[in-house]
Amino acid sequence: MDYKRVEITPEAEKLLQELKQQHGEVIFHQSGGCCDGSSPMLLPKEDFYIDDNDILLGEVGGVNFYMSHDQFEYWKHTHLTVNIIKGRGGSFSLDIPTGYRFLIKSRMLNDEENKNLNP
Amino acid sequence: MSYSAPKFKEKYGNFINGKFQDPIDGAYFENHSPVDNKLLAKYPRSNEKDVKSAIEAANNAKHEWGKTSASERAAILHKIADVIHENLETFAQMETADNGKSIRETMNADVPLAVDHFRYFASAIRAEEGSATELNENTLSLIINEPLGVVAQIIPWNFPLLMLAWKVAPALASGNCVVLKPAEQTPASATFLAEKIADLLPPGVFNVIHGFGPEAGKPLASSPNVDKVAFTGETTTGQLIMQYASKNLHPVTMELGGKSPNVFFNSIMDHDDAFLDKCIEGAVLFAFNQGEVCTAPSRILIQEDIYDEFIKRVIERTKAIKMGNPFEESTMMGAQASSDQHQKILEYIKIGKDEGAEVLAGGGAAKLDGDLANGFYIQPTILKGHNKMRVFQEEIFGPVVAVCTFKDEAEAIEIANDTMYGLGAGVWTRDAHQLYQIPRAIKAGRVWVNCYHDYPAHAPFGGYKKSGFGRENHLMMLNHYRQSKNMLISYDKNKLGFF
Repeated sequence: MDYKRVEITPEAEKLLQELKQQHGEVIFHQSGGCCDGSSPMLLPKEDFYIDDNDILLGEVGGVNFYMSHDQFEYWKHTHLTVNIIKGRGGSFSLDIPTGYRFLIKSRMLNDEENKNLNP
Repeated sequence: MSYSAPKFKEKYGNFINGKFQDPIDGAYFENHSPVDNKLLAKYPRSNEKDVKSAIEAANNAKHEWGKTSASERAAILHKIADVIHENLETFAQMETADNGKSIRETMNADVPLAVDHFRYFASAIRAEEGSATELNENTLSLIINEPLGVVAQIIPWNFPLLMLAWKVAPALASGNCVVLKPAEQTPASATFLAEKIADLLPPGVFNVIHGFGPEAGKPLASSPNVDKVAFTGETTTGQLIMQYASKNLHPVTMELGGKSPNVFFNSIMDHDDAFLDKCIEGAVLFAFNQGEVCTAPSRILIQEDIYDEFIKRVIERTKAIKMGNPFEESTMMGAQASSDQHQKILEYIKIGKDEGAEVLAGGGAAKLDGDLANGFYIQPTILKGHNKMRVFQEEIFGPVVAVCTFKDEAEAIEIANDTMYGLGAGVWTRDAHQLYQIPRAIKAGRVWVNCYHDYPAHAPFGGYKKSGFGRENHLMMLNHYRQSKNMLISYDKNKLGFF
């Protein structure tokens, strides 16, 4: 059985593929903090410096999904689904001009998932 | 008394080089009101061409503006304050229409504080000075403050005019030119201000660029032709802006939010008096500005022996919060700023419940009637749980507070500091020792002691840890927008003797 920490809804995947076509290689980085924080940011791959302070949670629609280690400590008991909603978000995320915003839906991981997931 | 949205034009331009200019590629975006989701106006969807033109205008203006005397700049800042004051009602209605917050807050907090901010920096630059130090009998060190030049400022949507004032007033006071990008959710008040003060400032000194983060924000933040970037927003964009700045070796300041603990010790319940009443209000301030405040007291920590009695009164007060049309003076809490915020907050309430948090008040969207049915409203919500839950660790940016208890001072400090952030905190007690020692032990830039959500211009504000760095407000802010020129002068006629 294949366990995943992060998945994506079909609607979000459709938007993601459109943005990939437009911008080339991209990554998700889960933001924290003020205003438009606590949302996943879609960024050009070469734009955002990823290092050991970030943790790779998995891949959605062929795109790596990262989060900072300290944030992951507080998130690790939850499963994430990337979804979209119509609306005007802020930030430098590539979805902003589309009028849709990527949004995280969360649920608790079950015991089976907790045992098998790494990270 | 009731107010309404002011009249908007169909569309607005960017404010560049002292006049409004259409976006070069002719694209606009629609700005809707969160009050009822109706269209307010269209604003430029700028790209790197518009940004370049604004930066160029600012660079052309910086030499003359940088040479103006402190008294000239102070006089202009006072005039800007006068303009905002004279148009207080229009600004307040505009902020309410654009952001969704209640008119009683915009009339009494946002706009008056913005006025005061310009006045504060107008006064501060008249009173402060550089320094002269005699290092020895023949050597004099002069420190002279010089403006940086052109400052890029990217501001958020939660207090559109006030966040503008926090950044623009000290930058202009220090002699810089500004290129400001307001948040795409709230472009109105910056545009109205530019319209009103166009004749007060030389062309190019103050520029406003509208548009989306990846299209307009990025070229502004990464430009080699600005001398500093000041940003308020979230952590990933903050990191991105620092990366851009690292390429240019530009200074940055970052204000990135928080998850501020509001700590209530048992002595507050020693008497049922005005102070206890203030403490209860202090806990309910999580709902101020619909919780859309970077320092929102979004974690309540209550000493366990007073928990039952105190939380009962906090719940009562929370349930008495009147929601409704933000333009009604009696409305205490208005709409969330956008549909995606609204949805994000609901997702957090859901994950809180899944994590086992108990809902003590609210717990869902608020359905209002008539025109407001399409607006973005959330019930003020109290969740009881423990500090490792995600609702205790993430900035929800909505009227949702997470409550837990603590045994003693040590546990209070441990929970308060168990967070990635360190922007604000509150400490409430009648114990004179706790009044000093607990705030000192909390790792946060602003600790309110027996008060909360007070933002005087003369008190520095900024974060520890992942809440950012640099400060806003207070005259120390001037040095975030200046270089220190040191002239080291020798009055010794004799050579060193090396060569």
